[in-house]
Order: sequence, then C-alpha cells, then structure tokens
Amino acid sequence: MIQTDILIIGAGPCGLFTVFEAGLLKLKCHLIDALPQAGGQCAEIYPKKPIFDIPAYPEILAGDLVDRLMEQAAPFKPGFTLGERAESIVKDDEGQFILTTNRGTKHRAPIIAIAGGLGCFEPRKPPVERLSEYEDHGVEYIIKDPEFYRGKKVVISGGGDSALDWTNFLADGVASEVTLVHRREGFRGHPDSVQKVLDLAAAGRIRLLTNGEVVGVQGEGHLDALTVKHKTEGEIQLATDHWIPLFGLSPKLGPIADWNLNITKNAIEVDTLDYSTNVEGIYAIGDINTYPGKLKLILCGFHEATLMVQSAFKRIYPDKNLVLKYTTVNGVNGF
Amino acid sequence: MSTIHVTIIDREGISHVLEAPTDMNMNVMELCKSAELPVEGTCGGMAMCASCHCYVEEEAPGTLPEKSDDEEDMLDEAFHVEDNSRLGCQLQLKDDMEGLVIRLAPVG
Repeated sequence: MIQTDILIIGAGPCGLFTVFEAGLLKLKCHLIDALPQAGGQCAEIYPKKPIFDIPAYPEILAGDLVDRLMEQAAPFKPGFTLGERAESIVKDDEGQFILTTNRGTKHRAPIIAIAGGLGCFEPRKPPVERLSEYEDHGVEYIIKDPEFYRGKKVVISGGGDSALDWTNFLADGVASEVTLVHRREGFRGHPDSVQKVLDLAAAGRIRLLTNGEVVGVQGEGHLDALTVKHKTEGEIQLATDHWIPLFGLSPKLGPIADWNLNITKNAIEVDTLDYSTNVEGIYAIGDINTYPGKLKLILCGFHEATLMVQSAFKRIYPDKNLVLKYTTVNGVNGF
Repeated sequence: MSTIHVTIIDREGISHVLEAPTDMNMNVMELCKSAELPVEGTCGGMAMCASCHCYVEEEAPGTLPEKSDDEEDMLDEAFHVEDNSRLGCQLQLKDDMEGLVIRLAPVG
C-alpha cells in the first residue's frame, strides 16, 4: 500500500505543479496516470507544440514545460504510479481514501486531487458492429506482447507510426501473415517506416490494402474473419486470427464518473473557494473541473492547485495554523 | 464588425443558422462551441483529436482552405470519414464563406 498526503490523479502540468505547492507546505504527493509517462496532454499529444501563455515564457514547447515542472517538483520527491488507471475509491475506518488502480495497485491518502485533464487516454475504437464481443477474443487495441501473435494471421488497421511500426515488426518472422488496411493511399508516419512497409508489400511479404476500411467482424466466440470495404473493389473478406485497430488515443472521463461526484458536461463541479468537490476530501483542479467563468488554461490550473493545497492542509491538520511563506525568503526545502 | 451566416446541421439533423464574426480569428469548431452545439474541440484546435470532424455539405462561394498534412493525418484516425470530411478547427471563418453549410459527423 502506497501512503501519501495528497493523491493526485493525473500527472499533467496541473498535477505536477500541485506537488511543488504541496511540498512547500510539507505535504507529500503521489501521482497516478493512465499514460506511461508524466506530462499529460502536453507530453502525449503535443510535446513539440509551442505554448505562448505561460507567464514569463514568451514561448515554451509543451514537452519542455513538462520537463521544467518535473524539475520544480523533484525536491519534494513525488511518487508515481504510471500506466495505470485510477479505478475505485473507498474510505477506510480512519477516514482515509483507499484508491485502487485497474492493475490492483493500492494507494492510501486523506486527500485526493483529481487533475485528470480531459480524462484517461484510451484507444479509439472503430464504429464496427459487435466489435466489443471480440475484444480480447481476437481484437486488441494495444500490442502488449508481440510474441502473442507468433504464427498467427494478423490484420492491422491505421496509417500512423504505430500501425506502420507494428506491421514491420510482426512481418519480420513473428506473425504468419500480416495485412495492413488503411483508409487512403498515403501514409503519414516516419518516411523510413513507410518505405519499409511499401517494400514488404512489393516483395509479397505483407498484404497492403489501401483505400479500404474494416466494416465488419465475424467468428464464433473468436474472431476468424473481417469484412473490408474497398473504394473500388467493394467488399473483401479477410480470414484472420487477430485484428489490431491502431487509431490513436482519445480521452474519456473513465471510472471517475462513478465516484458520486457532481458532473456537468464531462467536468467535475467545484467550489471556487478551494476547488473542493461535493465529496469531502476530494478536490478537482485544471481542465477536468468546472465552475462559473471556468477557463481551460494551464495558467488557471496552476492557480487552482495553489489554493487547493492550502485547503487540503487545513483538512489534514485542522489545528495547525498556516502562514504563507515566500520561496524568495525561505528557499525551497525539499524532503 | 463583419459577420457571415453559417449553417450547422447537428447530429439530430436540426439546422442552426449561426451569425459568425469574421474578424475574431474564429474557426468552425469554435463557432459551434460558442453556440453550445455538441462539439468537444478536445485538443483546442490543433488538428489533433478529430472531435470537431464535420462534413462540408455546401461550399460557400469562396473556396475553403486546402487540407494540411496535419488535418489529413488526423482524419486518418477518425471514423465515418467521407470525401467532404474536414476538421472544423481548420476552417477559419472568412468573409467569403457566407452560406457555408456544415454537418457534424457522428461522435467516435
């Protein structure tokens, strides 16, 4: 069991800055994020995009902002549970929250701060009828272990780097047959990977179906065939053991929606006094919260985090007085 | 302040004729959001999420901007893509777009 003072759900900019502000008050933090790295959207969606509205930075790349926030938080030794999704919470006898992830990792804290941004990033699922029946029965959205596909017939869908890279990898003596289905002629992704795929197709080592998309799944209990709608050739049947649709990630609110929090339009309602939710001990900060006048800006998330930790401190130590100390006077004293 | 009229057909098939300012650096995604139409605009307009995927039903007299590689790439990851598919966030509102008709794509 991981014990901390503030359990932060979401390791994006807002969650990371919370570690710093909490650290100044001698509160320890632990962050949980469904993504395998810290940084949230900034790291996952647009690390190379510039941001122009961070005070004192006329321009900073999203990825660099994350690096600096990590550096700023480092003295306070935050813990991380990455690649796991916060799944359920219960309160124990002492009024502390026990939070369990989808992989069963347990965390305990008196305070939870939800800094979940847009929610958890989950694979984008194509709108194919009865698709869910075949999930884990031949349809996988993430390749966990390529060995799983040894000697199998595999169809991959998508036109991005992950579709190209896995096609190249699985075609190299792993799967018995690899077919890549893509909506249009052109591929994005790294030119080297594109060339490799085209070479494999020319050599007859993979089947490349461009201008097509998978529209149907078949099989008794386990996937055994796909229907591909082709622009010029009509419907094509493909016998296969596996289908791996790789269409990127999109955010979903996820299990948080079931935590009895007041939610409007996919955002958690908070009191602007301290960004507390309707559940005592749970706060929500950054893009995931909503209140009259809310602006989804990193800047505003930082402000919310700063006020939130003050309230969290008073909740943890109701009898202690808190005096605002300036870092310029006191420096940053890590743990 | 100059305005044009843009028609947005929502997912229930209802047409909304919106007055759109052309001097506020606004795009179709933002126009929909400002009218509280159900468009997420998750990525904020960077052509990185396809939550503003829409169809151009009737082009305005002026031609729409060509699809950038970023937009084309993102449409690869979207579903229900048709020849007239665009990302609303990449359609900057301009004076010559009077009469543009846009239909919202299914969520997904």
